[in-house]
Amino acid sequence: MKEYRTISQIAGPLVFVEKTEPVGYSELVNIVQADGTIKRGQVLDTSDELVVVQCFETTAGLGRDSGVRFLGETIKMPVGSQMLGRILSGSGKPKDGGPEIVPEKRLDIGGAAINPYARDTPRQFIQTGISTIDGTNTLVRGQKLPIFSGSGLPHNEIALQIARQSKVPGSTEEFAVVFAAMGITKEEENQFMQDFERTGALEHAVVFLNLADDPAVERIVTPRLALTTAEYLAFELDYHVLVILTDMTNYCEALRQIGAAREEVPGRRGYPGYMYTDLASIYERAGIIKGKKGSVTQFSILTMPGDDITHPIPDLSGYITEGQIVVSRELHRKGIYPPINVLPSLSRLMNLGIGEGMTREDHKKVSDQLYAGYAEGVDLRGLVAIVGKDALSERDRLFLEFADLFEDRFVRQGHNEDRAIKEDTLDLGWELLATLPEEQLVRIDRELIHKYHPKYRKKAAAESGTSSATASDLRSESM
Amino acid sequence: MVTAVDLDAHMYDVVKVGHEQLMGEVIKIQGENTIIQVYEDTSGIRPGEPVENTGLSLAVELGPGLLTSIYDGIQRPLEVLVEKMGDFIERGVTAPGLSHEKKWEFVPVKKAGDSVGPGTIIGEVQETNIVHRITVPPNLEGGVIREIKTGSFTVDETVCVLEDGTELTMMQKWPVRVPRPVIEKKNPDIPLITGQRILDGLFPIAKGGTAAIPGPFGSGKTVTQQALAKWSDAEIVVYIGCGERGNEMTEVLTEFPELEDPRTGKPLMERTVLIANTSNMPVAAREASVYTGITIAEYFRDMGYDVSLMADSTSRWAEAMREISSRLEEMPGEEGYPAYLAARLSEFYERAGRVETLNEDMGSVTVIGAVSPPGGDFSEPVTQNTLRIVKVFWALDAKLAQRRHFPAINWLNSYSLYLDSLHDWYDENVNPEWNRIRIWAMEVLQKEAELQEIVQLVGSDALPEEEQVTIEVARLIREVFLQQNAFDPVDTYCSMAKQYDMLKAIKTYADRASAAQKAGALTSQIVAIKAKNELPQVKFEKDYKPLLDKIYAQMDAEFNAMKEA
Repeated sequence: MKEYRTISQIAGPLVFVEKTEPVGYSELVNIVQADGTIKRGQVLDTSDELVVVQCFETTAGLGRDSGVRFLGETIKMPVGSQMLGRILSGSGKPKDGGPEIVPEKRLDIGGAAINPYARDTPRQFIQTGISTIDGTNTLVRGQKLPIFSGSGLPHNEIALQIARQSKVPGSTEEFAVVFAAMGITKEEENQFMQDFERTGALEHAVVFLNLADDPAVERIVTPRLALTTAEYLAFELDYHVLVILTDMTNYCEALRQIGAAREEVPGRRGYPGYMYTDLASIYERAGIIKGKKGSVTQFSILTMPGDDITHPIPDLSGYITEGQIVVSRELHRKGIYPPINVLPSLSRLMNLGIGEGMTREDHKKVSDQLYAGYAEGVDLRGLVAIVGKDALSERDRLFLEFADLFEDRFVRQGHNEDRAIKEDTLDLGWELLATLPEEQLVRIDRELIHKYHPKYRKKAAAESGTSSATASDLRSESM
Repeated sequence: MVTAVDLDAHMYDVVKVGHEQLMGEVIKIQGENTIIQVYEDTSGIRPGEPVENTGLSLAVELGPGLLTSIYDGIQRPLEVLVEKMGDFIERGVTAPGLSHEKKWEFVPVKKAGDSVGPGTIIGEVQETNIVHRITVPPNLEGGVIREIKTGSFTVDETVCVLEDGTELTMMQKWPVRVPRPVIEKKNPDIPLITGQRILDGLFPIAKGGTAAIPGPFGSGKTVTQQALAKWSDAEIVVYIGCGERGNEMTEVLTEFPELEDPRTGKPLMERTVLIANTSNMPVAAREASVYTGITIAEYFRDMGYDVSLMADSTSRWAEAMREISSRLEEMPGEEGYPAYLAARLSEFYERAGRVETLNEDMGSVTVIGAVSPPGGDFSEPVTQNTLRIVKVFWALDAKLAQRRHFPAINWLNSYSLYLDSLHDWYDENVNPEWNRIRIWAMEVLQKEAELQEIVQLVGSDALPEEEQVTIEVARLIREVFLQQNAFDPVDTYCSMAKQYDMLKAIKTYADRASAAQKAGALTSQIVAIKAKNELPQVKFEKDYKPLLDKIYAQMDAEFNAMKEA
């Protein structure tokens, strides 16, 4: 292989090489330092005269005396079935002291787009055991649902709880977790790893770690390696894969850093203009394919700078992902875990996965009514601050109390509390709704009210003379 | 982006790049250098690989076979691509837009000796339940027919020969960036009925009109657009998923074929063309997808059909322009968008309209474009430039969506500039009273907004008695009339007659309430009238008249009882 010693310029992570033979776009590059150390990079721009190489590691130690070798192929990820249980670095090298991955296949990490025609509609309900997700922002297999959080909020705990508890009720299919960390701290890494080991989750997980002190450029490839692995596990080995990407904000920072080094025209807040397309090439790698057994479901975590949901990172993410789970500082301050604010949260695929035959026929309407009631109660809090509680009408007072009750009972739950959808989440919803006057439940048809409202259920239970405990009794035991 | 040297090319010519023959388009010519935007991923392409010019600009194939098709942004049928290269979209695969093998039954409507001009309909093909009218391509001169055939042909076979020897087939090609010609644009004075109460009732769009749906993410934009595609009374629907989510596109792709057209009972897909270019498919194809869609829409318009085109979302399209422009290192305008953004947007929306076709029929293309302003900020360039052009604005509101008020269209910020031109139509076709009731409803809602500000400060009990009733009436309008459940089998579509009956019932309550109040009844009694609590149920009843009669009777009884008391 030819080694060029024609480096003309090094700027940040970029190395400019002159007078090469034709080099392909996106090709992999080895840069050999004077002392023989090899650093890896990728071709960003190519022409007859000049090739721009982006180095995945720090360019410290590189100089005009370094050699450049073009490998003639684009980045490929070696994948194989024995990857489960392994911990790899952000660039895919073993980090757990184990052997190199024996590749069964080498896949292009860019990942081609799934033909929309080949996709199957995601409609299989995933139970996370968290009421605010299952009940009001339901996750389905093949969905991409990010957690919008802020610094200092317990998004990692929520992600771990989801990874731990997620299941399709009544299903025994094989599942796997692919975990990709981008720029997280060592402490956060420990938190994740300890939890994985404690719960035995590591056995069916593949972990990619790019830590805060690893090169930023490596962060660009980490999620792509993880998703390539996930797609292999899902579409070739029939696993149901849950991909957790954290933290996408660090990824975007890396993207901006490289854009700036390439002297590109910056877009909003200095992020590159192509960030939407770039993020789409990550988030869109989730879904189900017709005729394939497996699926890729994505949970990405991003911290909103300054809790600003209009910041380009959460904004562009929200346009690509199928909803978002918003973690609220206000609820966190109130000591509520998980502090998920359901009002700005949304699951766009929710309606596909709920209802009769999937969860329960009343799911959608109960969810709508809970939303409406809580939104109204939260609005009234502002009014109370001005006029005091006494000035409220009886109806308004009930809604105000409903909002408090909703946060305290529906939102709040234990770190290890795994709520079943029908018995716990939905019935709890009904119990809370029962505190409102029945004629205020305008989102629910009369029929469903008669079937599920605790008042009628008690009546029905009393009439049929059964001695079974009512829904509310059951719950007070479990709590 | 690829630069080729010594390529004899013209602007927007389609070229094939490299050994893999990737499709691209010439977007800049600079001396000997030709700058090419490639529609596919360019990984592994090296300097020195060949570039071949096709000499044609990006064109679509128009003819029988369009309906029920699902294309990517450059009219490659996705179904064929799955067969050719599997579940993922690989590079360098081409597929014609129409099937060149399938035979269609051609029935001529002209005979030998007839003279035909550009755009004249020469025959018909029963494509689905829609009759596909075959026209003389608008760029031909026409002449006198020497021979016209009957029978079964592929789209490549000649079906008609003119005296001057011109051979006509059932297929024509048209460059996507050029609008198809018409005789004249007409005034839009017929509404596009969508079955959505807030749209038909308060903010109607005319056939051939333009509308924008902006909305922060999560405000139900896609659901609204899909409801429009399903229910609007256009004969042909063209849906462009431009930079859309893959899973949502799949929802459309799987849902449409299952949906029944409420008027024919046939699958809705039979009158639909879908264009799906998801956000992770190449950006250049996304830029082209909007033009591909509108050209197909114009083609059906030229047959005399009413076509509705949904573009979701034009912001993604504008972003594609921005990306391409920034790679060209053009001087950026506002927020990095190219300076020609406004021009491109208005060119696109101007291709809408109700027209007299070259065949002297009436046809229309209604364009409904979604914009997704970043951070819900309506002052950003794409939204602002769009609002300058479109006549209808359906302001989606995330706050309403959070309260699960759907469709989450804000009644205070939305507008329609077609109200005047549609006035007569409503008079004749709905009820002479309709326009008045509509204005009344808007007044109540406006009034409520003002009162809400006071309520926010001092609480609802502090309002004068009369206005407490207004608040109650406004609540009924919002919850009964404006809220509509797209997932309920009955409520998903509401006819104009039902819309009138519902609003009329609310108005009746309001009138009686204000009469009772003048007669000295207590506000609390008026607000407690039980009959109106049944009104939401009217939405979910297919045969709603008996229920409505019952409500009227009960209302009557209750108010009379109040009077006696």
